[in-house]
Amino acid sequence: MNSATLLTYSTFGYLFASFIYVAAFLFKSNKAGLGGTFFTALTFIGQTVALGLRWQESYQLGIGHAPLTNMYESLVFFSWCIAGFYLFLEYKVKNRTIGAFALPFAFGAMVFAESGWLKISQEIPVLIPALQSNWLIAHVMTCFVGYAAFAVACGIGVMYLIKDFSRQKDKGLMGTLPPLRTLDDINHKTMIFGFLWLTAGIITGAIWANSAWGTYWSWDPKETWSLITWFFYAAILHARFTRGWQGAVVAWLAIGGFLCVVFTYYGVNFLLSGLHSYGSV
Amino acid sequence: MKKKKNSIWMFFASVKLALFVLFILAAASIIGTIVPQIGTFVPQDSILEHYKQFYGAILNGLGLHSAQATTVITKISDLLSFDDMYSSWWFNGLLGLLSINLIVCSIERLPDVWRLVVMDNHQTKISRLQSMRNTLELTSSDPAPQTTAALQQRLAAIGWPASQSSRDDGHLLFSQKTPWSRLGVYVVHLSILVIFAGAAVGFFYGQKGGINLPETLSSDKVYQYGSGDEIDLGFTIKCNWFTMTRYPNGAPKEYQSELVIIDNDKEVLTKVIEVNHPLSYKGWTFYQSSYESHKKYIISVANQTTDVQELFLAPIREPVRWQDEKLLFAITDLIPTTTPMIYQYKLMVADGKGGQQLLILDDNKQGTLIRPDGNAYDFQVKEFFSTGLQVAKDPGVWIVYIGCGLMLAGLGVAFFMSHRRLWLFISEKEGKTTILIAGTANKNKPGFEQEFAKINEALTQAQSIEVQK
Ligand code: HEM
Repeated sequence: MNSATLLTYSTFGYLFASFIYVAAFLFKSNKAGLGGTFFTALTFIGQTVALGLRWQESYQLGIGHAPLTNMYESLVFFSWCIAGFYLFLEYKVKNRTIGAFALPFAFGAMVFAESGWLKISQEIPVLIPALQSNWLIAHVMTCFVGYAAFAVACGIGVMYLIKDFSRQKDKGLMGTLPPLRTLDDINHKTMIFGFLWLTAGIITGAIWANSAWGTYWSWDPKETWSLITWFFYAAILHARFTRGWQGAVVAWLAIGGFLCVVFTYYGVNFLLSGLHSYGSV
Repeated sequence: MKKKKNSIWMFFASVKLALFVLFILAAASIIGTIVPQIGTFVPQDSILEHYKQFYGAILNGLGLHSAQATTVITKISDLLSFDDMYSSWWFNGLLGLLSINLIVCSIERLPDVWRLVVMDNHQTKISRLQSMRNTLELTSSDPAPQTTAALQQRLAAIGWPASQSSRDDGHLLFSQKTPWSRLGVYVVHLSILVIFAGAAVGFFYGQKGGINLPETLSSDKVYQYGSGDEIDLGFTIKCNWFTMTRYPNGAPKEYQSELVIIDNDKEVLTKVIEVNHPLSYKGWTFYQSSYESHKKYIISVANQTTDVQELFLAPIREPVRWQDEKLLFAITDLIPTTTPMIYQYKLMVADGKGGQQLLILDDNKQGTLIRPDGNAYDFQVKEFFSTGLQVAKDPGVWIVYIGCGLMLAGLGVAFFMSHRRLWLFISEKEGKTTILIAGTANKNKPGFEQEFAKINEALTQAQSIEVQK
């Protein structure tokens, strides 16, 4: 089996797992939720193998680099990080309803990678000299771990708002969701986790730029957008920590923050590419 | 009681201002990602055109298009230098405001935090302990001194070594973990100032330039970006050679240059640089950034028997004469290979007396030719390039990196560590020994609740201690 087939399976694996989580949530079945965990873990393992295979295949092609260097590979890695982070969260929080709101992001990332909507190449790319750097690998990994956490925080924000807006917060369907306070707390911790990794991502990116061009910061749109995202989350942390913003406001901000992430990630490449040669795909 | 502070001071110390500045910085930064910036990525003269089109398009979209409106908007954006936003007065002013905010806020809060870090927790009032969120009361059948000693031992065994003090009415055991973790956020805040300081050092004392250095030549100057002014290096840099390797599909795989530093007429350093692997000397760093082809070829010829070697530079189909060896040769053709952009060279060699010979050479690979007179020559051909070097001196980089390190360390401490405190007050009332356990954490309170429960479990395992109903 090659990595491409296995990745296609992963897409369906996450679709299936998302479906089970959503069904388990709607039918309030904890047992079915266990099935979601099982399929997520299985797909996660399969995807890990696929990433390893793709790495190996790149060596067979005489290119030889970690599968983290173009839009396709980064989407796959993004999806992998989301699933991994979610499994970690589920283990910590011991509540499977979050899966119904988090796993669709892992599936979504795979859909964008595989479907061809974004017109991105799925081939293993050759690396232009500037991209041949271990700092680049560190940069992509740290950024995407952060982005994955922000994606999950966005999902938790949505959960919070749905529960908050529903009339019966603690009975029926809504009763199976964690209490609002818990959701708020998980949301905060998840954003903190993402913030730490985003910080590391920006720093490793700066070090990479400095080793390639002698400039650690040049205000190009990608860099600037990552900084905008960073300012945004820094503001959320302060609003919460020192001014007591909580609950619904922070849930909305978590969604807003993730929109910043999405724009940093795709928007810059696809919308601003007409103006900046550096940002093109 | 604190004395009332000056209201301007409190304004600069407020987190409200911090929030405002952070959101404004985020929003303002967007402008510079949409409006084309003067810089290296877009050619200078096309910016004005872009600029007009850009505002024209926005106004059109709003149904406001007119030449006048465009002029007004262009004026505004000139005033606020939207096309060079990140070096504008107002953007840097915002960064300055952030710094002042951070400094004032820290001066305002740090003393209180420091007091919490070093404070003597044996002075804590018992009534305060009783009102804490995490408390538990136990009784013991042993007298107070023995109970205290036993508890102290047990605490040490579970990683909470406690100090003891006595009061007239009982004994206090106190233990704490990572009180200094309260300083984590201040390290983060400091790190931002350190990074700004590093950037300022780079701005005032750094220089950036570049040079296109042809193979085999040297220079003691580079040229400043933007202005093109000469910058004296104070030493000489020489490029021995430049090569480029390609992937099978023709895409560039690696650019390499062998550079030599010559200082005071001595060769002090030789290094092959490539993208991501620069050369540093006396504060200057040389980065491989580009190359230029001169449509000429370097032909190296060596006489195998005498070991005499000579380099020649020639465009295609231009004959070259090596007088001493009475050789005449020319590259007559480039033969495409399976890799796009990589060629074989067809080299015609003669000696002026007929006897033409043909040699096909791979790019940059040696080939040998035996002349009719029995002399053997080694030939080697490569394209003649200039290596494009980016040259930078930035004494602030290390300050920035230290700031980055501080930031990560500070964030780790701020997010994952908390100051946890545990008090045990042991007293005797009416011949009965009672134990009051109280604990607090400054962060992650749910986590501490669990830890507190575990500690209590460990402490109550002694037979003589029981939980009071
Ligand atoms: C980009 C800039 C900034 C970053 C990255 C940053 C980072 C942080 C972080 C990570 C925390 C800890 C939050 C938590 O534990 O949840 C924090 C707390 C705090 N920050 Fe900032 N900060 C920044 C700017 C500022 C500014 C300008 C102020 C000025 C008022 C400020 C005031 C505070 C205060 C008062 C706290 C709470 C401190 C405490 O625990 O006693 N921050 N900051």
